[in-house]
This record gives sequence, C-alpha cells and structure tokens, in this order.
Amino acid sequence: MSAPRRRIADPMLVAIALALSLFGIAMVYSAGQTDVPTVVAKLYRQQIAWFVIGLGAAYAVSRASVRFLDWVTVPAYAASVFLLFLLLFVGAGAGTAASTKSWLAIGGVRLGQPSELAKIAVVLMLARVLAARREAPRSLLDLWQPALAVFVPWALIMRQPDLGTGIVFVGIFFAMLFWAGASWQLLVLVASPVVSLILAFSTGLWGAWFLVLIALVLWYKPYLVEGVAVVLANVVTGVVAPVLWDRLNPYQQKRLLVFLDPSTDPQASGYHVIQSQVAIGSGGWLGKGFTLGTQKRLAFLPAQHTDFIFPVVGEELGFLGVTIALSLFLFLLLRSVRIAARSPDPFPSLVAFGLASAWFVHILVNVGMTLNLMPITGIPLPFFSYGGSFMLMCWLSVGMLTRISSEGRGPADMLVI
Amino acid sequence: MSFHPNEMQRRGRLASAVAFLAFVFLVGSFFRTQVLQHAQYVLQSEENRLREVPLPAPRGVIYDRTGQIIAENLPGYSVSLLAPGVDSLRAALRRLSGTIPLSPEQMNQAVRRFRRAPNRPAVIFPDASFDVVSVLEEHRVEFPGLIIQSSPKRYYPDGPAMAAFVGYTGEVNESELASPAFAGYKAGQQVGKDGLERQYEPRLRGREGTRFVEVDARGRVVREAGARQDLLPQAAPPLYTNIDLDLQKYVVALFGDSLIGGVVALEPKSGAVLALHSAPTFDPNRFIGGIPADYWRALNDDGRRPLYNKAIKGAYAPGSTWKLATAVMAIEQGVATLDDRMPVACTGGYQYGNRRFKCWDKKGHGSVTLAQAIELSCDVYFYQLGLKIGLSRLVAGGVQMLARERTGIDLPAETRSTFPTAPATEYYNRRFGPRGWSNAVSLNLAIGQGENAQTVVNMARFYTALATDGAAAQPRLLRGAGERTPMFQLTAEQMDGVKKALAGVVQRGTAAASQIRGVMLAGKTGTAQNAHDPLRDHAWFVGFAPANDAKIVVAVMLEFGGHGTRAARIASKIIEHYLKVQTTQTLNTEGD
Repeated sequence: MSAPRRRIADPMLVAIALALSLFGIAMVYSAGQTDVPTVVAKLYRQQIAWFVIGLGAAYAVSRASVRFLDWVTVPAYAASVFLLFLLLFVGAGAGTAASTKSWLAIGGVRLGQPSELAKIAVVLMLARVLAARREAPRSLLDLWQPALAVFVPWALIMRQPDLGTGIVFVGIFFAMLFWAGASWQLLVLVASPVVSLILAFSTGLWGAWFLVLIALVLWYKPYLVEGVAVVLANVVTGVVAPVLWDRLNPYQQKRLLVFLDPSTDPQASGYHVIQSQVAIGSGGWLGKGFTLGTQKRLAFLPAQHTDFIFPVVGEELGFLGVTIALSLFLFLLLRSVRIAARSPDPFPSLVAFGLASAWFVHILVNVGMTLNLMPITGIPLPFFSYGGSFMLMCWLSVGMLTRISSEGRGPADMLVI
Repeated sequence: MSFHPNEMQRRGRLASAVAFLAFVFLVGSFFRTQVLQHAQYVLQSEENRLREVPLPAPRGVIYDRTGQIIAENLPGYSVSLLAPGVDSLRAALRRLSGTIPLSPEQMNQAVRRFRRAPNRPAVIFPDASFDVVSVLEEHRVEFPGLIIQSSPKRYYPDGPAMAAFVGYTGEVNESELASPAFAGYKAGQQVGKDGLERQYEPRLRGREGTRFVEVDARGRVVREAGARQDLLPQAAPPLYTNIDLDLQKYVVALFGDSLIGGVVALEPKSGAVLALHSAPTFDPNRFIGGIPADYWRALNDDGRRPLYNKAIKGAYAPGSTWKLATAVMAIEQGVATLDDRMPVACTGGYQYGNRRFKCWDKKGHGSVTLAQAIELSCDVYFYQLGLKIGLSRLVAGGVQMLARERTGIDLPAETRSTFPTAPATEYYNRRFGPRGWSNAVSLNLAIGQGENAQTVVNMARFYTALATDGAAAQPRLLRGAGERTPMFQLTAEQMDGVKKALAGVVQRGTAAASQIRGVMLAGKTGTAQNAHDPLRDHAWFVGFAPANDAKIVVAVMLEFGGHGTRAARIASKIIEHYLKVQTTQTLNTEGD
C-alpha cells in the first residue's frame, strides 16, 4: 500500500526548507547592507551559490537508497575523524571562529569546516551502532559503543576548541539514545557527571544534586558496579570542575560568566549580547523594515551575517518576522520527527531523528543566545547563517530526510506536518 | 521492541512536544523583548546611533540708548571631533595634526573638554578661521568624526571703548559649572565672564539647539542631518541699555592711551549710566574664544593695570570732593549756613593740639564763608567745620550718604567703598585701640581724607543727590531708571545755595579753567593723597550741568593725575560734548 513515488519525495519538507533558505539568503543580503560597506555586502552571492550546490547534493542524496546511507556510514565516519585529527595540525581560524582551528585550508584556500560533515557522520554512526542492537540500551555498559562513537570526534572538536559544535554532539547523543528507547532514568544517570560538573561551583547545590542522584540510583537499581561508577564519576567531576575551569581559555570563561550577567562587561564580552538584545528589542511588532535596521547598518551588531543573523530578523522584521521564522523551524522539526516516526527500520528512523535533533540544538542555542537565554558559543543558525559547509550540511540532511520519508510507513501525507 | 510503531509514535509525540515547548519558550521570550520591553530598547538603540551636537544660540545683541550696537554676533565656525573614547580621540587628533598644525596644548585642551562632556563633540577650535575650515572641509572624508559647524562669535564693534562695562564671553569653566548660578550649563558652552555679559547672562544666553548626527559603532559620523528632527537654537532677545555710545566713545578718546583713571557719567534723576570708562583699556574682542597667552601676560604686566576697573573697583580717597558731604551735613543739622564764617581765618594752616594741619594753598584764603570755602576748597575752613559737627555726626552723616555701600550698579564685582562705621568712637577704638587716636581724625574726615575711600561710581551717585533734590539714584546700565534713595534733607533754598557754590567752583574757584560757554557747570575738584606715592596724587572732579537743572553728572578720577583741575578739564569736556549733542538733537527734533 505504499504511496505512489513522486519526483520530489517529501514536498512539504522541501517546501519548508526552501522557504527557510530563501528567507535566510534574504537576511544574509540584508546583513551586508551597512552604512559603511564591508566584505559582507556581497556574501549573499556566495550564499546563493552554496544554496544551489546544496540543492543538487540534496537531490543526489535523495536518489540514493537508505542502504547506501548504511553503506557509506563507516567510510564517512572514518573520513570525518581523520579530517578532524588533521585539523589539529593544519587547522586555520577564520571569521567568527577565528580563535579556533576549525577550517581546513590548503594553500590558504579555505575548503570548509569538517566539523559540519562530522555532524552527519556522527548521526549515521550512532544510528548504525544503536540500530544494530535492535533493542533499547538498558545499562551503562550497553552504552559504551555509542558513547565511543560520539566521544572520538567530540574530543577532537573540543581540542580545536569549538565548544558550540561540542554541545551539538552532546545533544545528538542524548536525543538518539532517547529515540533508541533508553529510559529517562538511564539518560539522567549518563548526564549526571555533567550536572555535577556545573553544580560543583556551589557546594549546596551540588550536595542536593548528589542526594537526588543517590535516590535515583537506588530506585533504578542498575548493576552495582554501574551504580558505584556513576556515583564515583559525580564525585570526581565535582572535584575536578574547578581545575577544569582554570584550564578553560579566558575567552571561554568570560563568555560563560557574561552569559550569567552581560552587564559585567558591557564594552567587551557582554557587548555582543547587549547589542543583540537592543537590535531585537528595538524591532517591535513589525520591525524597522527590511535592510533598514540601524543596529545592523551602523555595525553595532556583531557577526550579523553568521552567528548573530537572527537579531537582524528581529530588528528589521520585528516580532512578526521572528514568529514566522521560528514557526518555519518548528514545522521543519515536527515534519522531521514525523518522518523518523514513520520510518519502518531502526537505522533510517534514528538517522532522521538524529538530523532533526542536530537542527534543534542549533536553533535553540543560536536563537537563545541572541536573547541571552543561552551562552554565546558560536553556533550557526540552520539555513540562515552565512557559511558554505553548513548550508551544504543542512541540505544534505534535507535530502536524506526526503529519502527516508519516501521509504516510510503509510502515506507521506501532504498537509499534515 | 523499542522500534515498535506504537513506541515510535509515542516518542514522536514526546519529541514534538519538546520542540513545540521550545518554540513557545522562544516566541514568548521574543514577545517579552520586542513588545513588552520595546520602548526601553528603542531608547538604547537611539542612544547608540545618535550623537547630540550642540547648536549654540546667538547671544542677545546689546544696544545703547540710541540703537547703536554695543555687542553683536558674527558668523563663526567651531571645529570639534566626535569620539567614542579618549584613546580614539587622541588618535584622531594626531591624524588631524597632519593636516592642520595642532599644538600639544590644543590637543590636551580638546581631551580635557572631551572628559568633561564625553557625549558632546570635543571642541578643538572654538573659533576656527576661515582658512582652517576650508582646509578641513577639503579633507573631511579622512576624518569621520569631524564636525564643523557655524557658531556665532561675539563681537564688540568698538571693543576697547566699552571694555569697562561690557565684559566678554568665554567657555564656562569648572568652578562655574560647580556653582548653582550655572545650573543647567554644560561644559563647552560660552558664558558671559564679566560686565554686562556676566550680569545679564540669563537674558543674553538664548536657548541652545541640538543637531542629531548618526554615528556607527566606531563613532564615525554616517549621516549629518535628518537622523532626527533638529532642535533649532533660539536667539536671546536684545538687551537695551542706557549707555550713550557716542558719549562713551568721546570719553574714551579723551583719555586716549596716556591717562589712567575712571569715569562715570550718570543721568542725575534716573541714575542711567551714560558712560563708564576705565583707562587704559583693552580689547575684549581678543578675549573671545580664549585669551591669547601673550596678550593676557601683557595686560597683567602693565603697571597701569588695564584689567583693574577704576570706575567700579578702584576705591580712592575722595579728597575735596567729599567737602560737599561735610558742608551738607553742617547745613542740614544747622551747624552752619552757606554764609557762616569760622572763628579762625585761613593763613595756610590750622593749629590743632600740637599739630599744624596745612591748607592746600600755603598763601591762605583769609576769612571765608562756607560758600567761598567750597569755591576755593579751603581746608582750614573745613577743619573747623568738621570739629564743629563733631566726629560722631561726621561718621553718621557719611554712613547716611551711603559712603560705605556699593551703589548696586548692574555690573558684577563692584567694590564697596570704605568709610568708618557708626558709632564713630567704637570704630576708631577698634581700629587704632582706645588710646591710639584723637579727635584729630575729624579734621581729616572733614576734607575727604582718613578712613575714607570711594569708588568713582559711588562719588557720581552722591553728586546725583546734590544735582537734584537730595536723593541719589542707583546707577543703572539696563534701560530704565534706578531706585532713588534720600541722602539728606535740605530746603529748596539751601539746595539752590549748594548748587550755586558748586557753580562758583567753576566760575571763580579751583576749576575756573573748565568753564563751558553758555552752560552753568557745577562741580568740585579733589586732590586725593596717594598712599603709595605721596608725590603723585589722584585728581578728582565730580560735577554736573546745567547747575540749576542738571542733565548729567560726571565723576572723573585720574590716577596720579596731580591736581583736581586736570580732572575738571576732562569732566567739563565730557559734559560740554553731551549737552551740545543733546541741544542739537533737541533743536533738530523741534525743527522737524
């Protein structure tokens, strides 16, 4: 009873992605319209070129079967890890990622950011590892394979260091464990050392968390070894947290501190997020008009074409434009989740959900940081932020999702999102 | 099975719910920022992009009584720099000095101005020459924060002629900004520094306007106009004064560069200040936009003290001009009439106790009446008159005649004249100790010496009482009449007699060389002992004309001027000029 094959497998998903891309390119164009013209003024052309390339890549991927994706997983993962490893020696910084070694450049020509490719590769690898079990992970020991699959590229990326992409990997990991059927208690236990790491700065909070954790361990009753291991891990992270903090780069420390209170450093680190909020807040209901945002025109807005492109939407198109953009993102995510749920096999289902979760983390962290709801971690906004590799990654995801959708259970209904 | 379709549906719903909650959370946050806190962020964004450039208001034009201009505004330019911080200001100044030579002092001055008001453009040239402006206009694109704007420049068409009363303008300074009188002023604004400019600052100031320029994050001016509706400056209304500019200029010309002294000419009944001068003078125009250091030094080093206002600040022993005060006291209190003689005739001196008090004329005046004693300025007569009045009444009378008060002329920093306080005994005990003085102080007081130092303007005020009916008018520069204060009560007959005696001074007495053809001039010479240099006395003449119906009172004091007759000649010329012009004008009006 499969639905008739269409030329475009999932028109609704493609329509949403197209709408987002065109909206995004328009905003990249607007971001270049400053009173004192900069190099950004003409970047929208490159963005259009990458969009076209992305469309082609998406179409090509959508023609390949899910089996092909399964087959390409290991080489893609290996290649990603190799490139990330290579970056530690030849990586170059550029643009908003100037202080990191995230760019692969040969002879000064920047080819792209391998970490974008790694996001897809990690999703594929995790899907493969989790799907191979064919049942939900129940104990911590069951998790060693997926954990390792994420940890290797994650560690390499944190060495660059690129905190933002690292957060995306963590998000993908937890989301895909959830999709594979891991219980929430298990997820909490896995996450507990990280929570300890954060709460360690307040002895009272950490103590409270520790009591909650003990209660959880007693209730969930993991293997004794695992229970002890989790508790020990929490103790260790709680103890080493201050040491780790000292080892963070000053700019990373600053970003985290400024997140807590931007006014501590209004001229330097807090400047970005304050100006971003001013841009968004001054937009009002309908905004100052396309290309007319003064915060952007007069260069008060930092990185207005990459990480801080969403404030341009807020300033120029107002609350209305923001709501439209966020609604499109919501439709994209709901549609992707639906594709994952309709997929008959674990692997494509996990891939679909993994790709959706990667977008989700990007959107939440990027949009959240423009309002100081999230720390500034240098994470781009899908389909909006200027950047070739990222545009390509987004459309590759769309291509894979359409393919998975076309092989899904039941009708790929047009209108339901 | 974890991948059973039902399980997938359940997890799918859960995941969708999380996505939807995140959406609601973000939309809610944007609603709070964009809609609820909109006004606050609009304000911040405006503050970000707009810089206020002050547009100075033209100060009020000052006119004399005939509509001639005393102070006006000329078109001028100021050059300033907008900068986000001190460092970038310094960098911009350094780059600017490649185009326009800037001294380190000018740079530091600009930085100081910036520190005082960082939100206003830092002024580099308050009064830029046209050359500087045209060069900078040519290179404007190289200096993004540069602001060149018209800024009215104060100008006094006859600068040196009115230095004594008009004052000058300058940038408001730190201590002024701290005082409540200058509340509402901002650093960099021009304020009146002295004279009328200072006295009537609130009326002359006008209302500063604001131009909004748009700047980018680096403080570069992106848009010069139209960023927001400019607030236009409002010029202050004109200030009309009682000054007779024609007479004023005549006075200044009379003094020239050689004489030192002060002059005040008043209308007797209204107290209107017709002319007020202090010689030597200076050019207040050179004070506008910062006093050149060498000019300032030259003025301060000049032994003739051009910056010291000899008409309202200098206090000098009034000498014989004070004898009228003694005479009026005697007549008012019935001690003597104008026809009374004193027991001892003048033989060139008067023996009191073991000391001989000299008369200015060694030959002596013989036995004279009070009227003759005034004409001849006989010291011996007045020594005896003083003793007859008695010390306490001499002092009380002087106090009654406002000898230790400011006149209240509408100029800043008038000096208070010096005179003993009543009761006299207490004053002298306090000053010299109970045994340190004798009744001989009465002799000195009676002839205008001793503990008596009067400003020129105060002597002019005293003589407005003699020229009229015994009430003195407060000198006043602003158009209108000053308040009149009764100083003494004489009958019309007695007043007449006093005026006749004063006319006699010019007809027959000490100022006989200063008669004016066809006009009855009344007045009194004075030669005041100069404490600093006994050989160079100060010369006084205070008088009025016509004697029976005075139109003008003139007080002239020449520092180191020798005998009062010199001052009398100057006063008589001033009065003659004034009355002649008046008469001509009257005739012309009648002829129309």
